[in-house]
Amino acid sequence: MGSFSSPVSSTGTLMVSLLDRTPSLPSGTRTRPNNISNAERRISFALGVTLVLAGANRGKLTGLGLAGLGSALLYRGATGYCHGYQLLGINTAQHPPSTVISTKQGCQVECSVTIAQPAADLYAFWRKLDNLPAVLRHLEQVAIIDEQHSRWTAKGPLNIKLTWDAEIINERQNELIAWKSLPGSLVDSAGSVRFTPLSHDRGTVVYVNLRYNPPGGQVSDKLASFFGLDLKSQIEKDLRRFKSLMEAGEAPNVTGQPRGK
Amino acid sequence: MKAVCWYGKHDVRVKEVPDPQLLNPRDAIIRVTATAICGSDLHLYNGVIPMMQRGDILGHEFMGEVVEVGSAIENLRVGDRVVVPFTIACGKCFFCRRKLWSLCDNSNPDAATARMLQGYSGSGLFGYSHIYGGYAGGQAQFVRVPYADVGPFIVPKELSDEQVLFLTDILPTGYMAAENANIQPGDTVAVWGCGPVGQFAIQSAWWLGAAQVIAIDHVHERLEMARIQVSAKTINFDDQDVFATLQELTGGLGPDCCIDAVGLESHGTAPDAIYDRVKQSVYLATDRLHALRQAIYCCRKGGTVSVPGVYGGFLDKFPFGAAFGKALTLKMGQTHVHKYLEPLTKRIQGNGQPGFDPSFIISHRVPIEEAPEAYHLFNRSKGECLKVVLQM
Repeated sequence: MGSFSSPVSSTGTLMVSLLDRTPSLPSGTRTRPNNISNAERRISFALGVTLVLAGANRGKLTGLGLAGLGSALLYRGATGYCHGYQLLGINTAQHPPSTVISTKQGCQVECSVTIAQPAADLYAFWRKLDNLPAVLRHLEQVAIIDEQHSRWTAKGPLNIKLTWDAEIINERQNELIAWKSLPGSLVDSAGSVRFTPLSHDRGTVVYVNLRYNPPGGQVSDKLASFFGLDLKSQIEKDLRRFKSLMEAGEAPNVTGQPRGK
Repeated sequence: MKAVCWYGKHDVRVKEVPDPQLLNPRDAIIRVTATAICGSDLHLYNGVIPMMQRGDILGHEFMGEVVEVGSAIENLRVGDRVVVPFTIACGKCFFCRRKLWSLCDNSNPDAATARMLQGYSGSGLFGYSHIYGGYAGGQAQFVRVPYADVGPFIVPKELSDEQVLFLTDILPTGYMAAENANIQPGDTVAVWGCGPVGQFAIQSAWWLGAAQVIAIDHVHERLEMARIQVSAKTINFDDQDVFATLQELTGGLGPDCCIDAVGLESHGTAPDAIYDRVKQSVYLATDRLHALRQAIYCCRKGGTVSVPGVYGGFLDKFPFGAAFGKALTLKMGQTHVHKYLEPLTKRIQGNGQPGFDPSFIISHRVPIEEAPEAYHLFNRSKGECLKVVLQM
């Protein structure tokens, strides 16, 4: 999942330091973004404490219910993360567009999948970058300009599209492909894919690392919703689908089958 | 086409639905000639399995004639008569290559729920909820079969539909249960549950060298079938103390191998069974497991408990201390049907000897239009109804 951290939260500070690392030192992905404003957190915490005490005092089933509700409010107040908000896509911690946020914002995803195919086959598929939209479904198109350069278009909610140019910055046959957006791009993006063969005929591990940042420090609402909080789970699904395509020759599918009305 | 569709607890209907289409290059379309209702379909009927949607087509035991093949299929031609395993397997992943077809990586198109429940998802299944892929099932006139170069098995012309239909699920399930029980020559095998899987597990136990096979149930007709058709000694747990009787029959040792062919919705009136039923009725997703508890308790030290299932959620009060203290081996899992198609077909053919005819378990043959009544009967009366075959 991507995240949009507020520098004021301690989790935010941790996220900032993680994002500081270069792509060659992969950081973990963050799963608990701060999505509650500070004022709301204070209220939530205070209300939570009150309800827990009231519940403990009252006892019985209703008391348990009150204490339960109170602990939930305590939790979201203390951590700044509300699962309910997450599910509803609400984020009261967001700042209005006019505020400039630190450049350390964006999302980074890393995940891997083991595929029972030789590294060479997987590399060959991936190196033909215009194949990527068939795998990574947040990409609408990757057009090849020349051996090193390509134009990428990503699509987001509400038909929003982002386009940028990228170049291959590193490659080792059957092992590694790394690419980066050109300076001045609308999106500061980098990605790499590694292919590591396993012993005992177990196939190849495909390790993908993708990063999307807004350039220059200007917060972009479009980017925030674009490379949304569920990019990691989306890419995990994409990689599993890639695995099915490479192993079974097709992705499992039930869309279009009959059912009763 | 006509199809048996799920509409809620105790609500299945035969509906007119569109014919299936080829969706992937490795698909085939089968015209169904025979299909059965499985005991595990009753879990769907009783609303015990979550993630069913109104209109889902049921059925995972089916066979028929190939009517269309996808562009990547070379092993099947239109007109071939096939049985289709209920587990869907790609044949190419880590698991399929190790003959663990029911654990296929590539046949569950929406594995999120299974991953959440289990960590990793097993294979997709026909007609068995969106946990297992949401595939339209085979209680219908036509079925779309994915990975048709792996699943469908061409059956010998001289064998009737009723002789081979159960290769799709319950016969391999009973056989694998017996295989998993690690039966050695001279062993005593105790089988809980005399439904079709139990009957076939008992028969398979003999094939695998058991010296004594004991069947445990409380439905009189099923115990009689076990005694007459597959030569088991029987214990009715309503009338007899199972542990004590097994002790008598094994000279105090206990059975070497125990098979739980009951799975979830296991009955029993002992306090633990009632507790289970209460919890399940408030949907706390706890499987009832009276038979499994008993099997663990009764098994001899160092023995094997084999669990063909079906289990779905969590267990309460699982006697793990007893299992540990007696150093039991527990083997379980969804059937790797593909592994057993050829050897079991040979058993049915006989090859010079009298073949094994599994059709003795069929108690009812009804036209597909009467499927809702059949489900109702099957659910209500296990004595009267053992296996329902739907005719097209």
